[in-house]
Amino acid sequence: MPILETKNLTYIYGQGTPFEKTAVEDVSISIEKGEFVGVIGHTGSGKSTLIQTLNGLIRPTSGQVLLDGQDIWQEPKKIRAVRFRVGMVFQYPEYQLFEETVLKDIMFGPKNQGLTEAQARERAYEAARFTGLKEALLEKSPFELSGGEKRRAAIAGVIAMDPEVLILDEPTAGLDPRGRDVLLAQIGQYHRERGNTVLLVSHSMEDIGRMADRLLVMNKGHKVALAPTKEVFSQGQELEGIGLRVPQITKIMQELQGMGWPVDASVLTVDDALKQLIPYLKKHQGGKPNAH
Amino acid sequence: MLTDITLGQYFPAKSLMHRADPRLKLCLTVFVIVLIFASANFFALALGVGYIFLGIALSRTPVKLYLKSLKPILFIVVFTAVLNIFYGAGEPLWQWGFLKITRTGLLNSAMVSIRIVTLILASSVLTFTTSPTQLTDAIERLLKPLGKLRVPVHEFAMMMTIALRFVPLLLEETDKIMSAQKARGADMESGGLIQRVKALIPVLIPLFISAFRRAFDLATAMESRCYHGGEGRTKMKQLRFGGEDWLILGSAVLALGAFIALNTLLPPSIVR
Repeated sequence: MPILETKNLTYIYGQGTPFEKTAVEDVSISIEKGEFVGVIGHTGSGKSTLIQTLNGLIRPTSGQVLLDGQDIWQEPKKIRAVRFRVGMVFQYPEYQLFEETVLKDIMFGPKNQGLTEAQARERAYEAARFTGLKEALLEKSPFELSGGEKRRAAIAGVIAMDPEVLILDEPTAGLDPRGRDVLLAQIGQYHRERGNTVLLVSHSMEDIGRMADRLLVMNKGHKVALAPTKEVFSQGQELEGIGLRVPQITKIMQELQGMGWPVDASVLTVDDALKQLIPYLKKHQGGKPNAH
Repeated sequence: MLTDITLGQYFPAKSLMHRADPRLKLCLTVFVIVLIFASANFFALALGVGYIFLGIALSRTPVKLYLKSLKPILFIVVFTAVLNIFYGAGEPLWQWGFLKITRTGLLNSAMVSIRIVTLILASSVLTFTTSPTQLTDAIERLLKPLGKLRVPVHEFAMMMTIALRFVPLLLEETDKIMSAQKARGADMESGGLIQRVKALIPVLIPLFISAFRRAFDLATAMESRCYHGGEGRTKMKQLRFGGEDWLILGSAVLALGAFIALNTLLPPSIVR
């Protein structure tokens, strides 16, 4: 049974006002337990709105969100319980830090869950470890940290709630290349170790291509596809038509294939591409195949 | 959502009211409110109300928006109206114990409600058709004579412009921070007063910090563009008092004349 599902979900902003706008229309998705799903779409495609309906931050205008087969709005008073089970890391989460110390801030979520001080502390340490936050930083004020460290602290604050589904909205935006790689690797490790379901929204096709099992493609409030990553990226033209693209390395391999090289055009990472290209080039001593 | 507040929000459209000189609009708003409050009988009041409705019609802004701007004051209107009904002198039309309704009470109540509603409508015409920047520009220009008395008019106007500009931004920011804390299980909808105030801390602290950050960024941006206050500063958009504005001013003078005539020649409708 899927852990998270939406059925004909529609959300309209400012309904009944002249500024009415349909952000998400008739979206039905189904996400399996333990999956890593990438969410891509042009700015304004409705992906942020969609993910906010998934943990009950906004209530769909029509349609349903099912968590473990249960409609999350069946008992609106219990919506907080849903937010603990579906953790949400917003864009630029460092702006939500408020406590005196980093540790206390990470403990905010677990304590809201009703855990004891000691349990919450344990969760916080564990979450800090997952996000690579040094223990020495935990007793500092969050406002003394560097930008990257703040980001880690904020993400740890959500991971500490131990959600079954973790949703991250562009967690690497504004980080330097090294910071991005490390953070993504840690998210990947978290996913593997805990076996949780992860939804990652990103504008970087390279990151998404490397991490996700399946991709949800959104365009103008509609679901375009929810399919295995390789399958989605084999549709380069369709993606470009809606303001997206395929990872650079996939594009190169597709072009090479088009030129007659016998390569697999569905690779998503540079490493995989090298594994194919190097033996091939060695065999042909760097020459072009059947040059005519 | 927090961003649903319409009071004092500019509605971009192309209309006579949008084109009119903001200084004129500001003065006219004050003028028409004075008319409404100085009217002693219903004919004079009707003239003032009619003048405001003319402004609404000429503003090409959906009537729905005006109605929405009235919503927050609905309670005050009903409250004062009810209170006024029972506070009239003279022959009671209906009596129950110490409560009595008189003709004067009813008239007073109607007069007061109409006055409050039109007060909001008149200022809505101004704020719907005038962008905040235009408005502060007009205020700055109108208050310029005070500069001679060493009142820092330009600085006040700049502060107002910035404050107005930041209202929607901060609202959006509050919304975002609230969502983020709710996602971490912050409970802002239940509990007693003290608990609710406490629940605001996780929202207020990040909000203050972000406001300061924005303020520093803005100061840097202004300085790097060599902003140095009002002295010798020219404007990209000069306020111009054009032909249409003279026409509007003429209509106001006519309205004033008619108003004085109605107010003095006809008997007052309410007795105080």
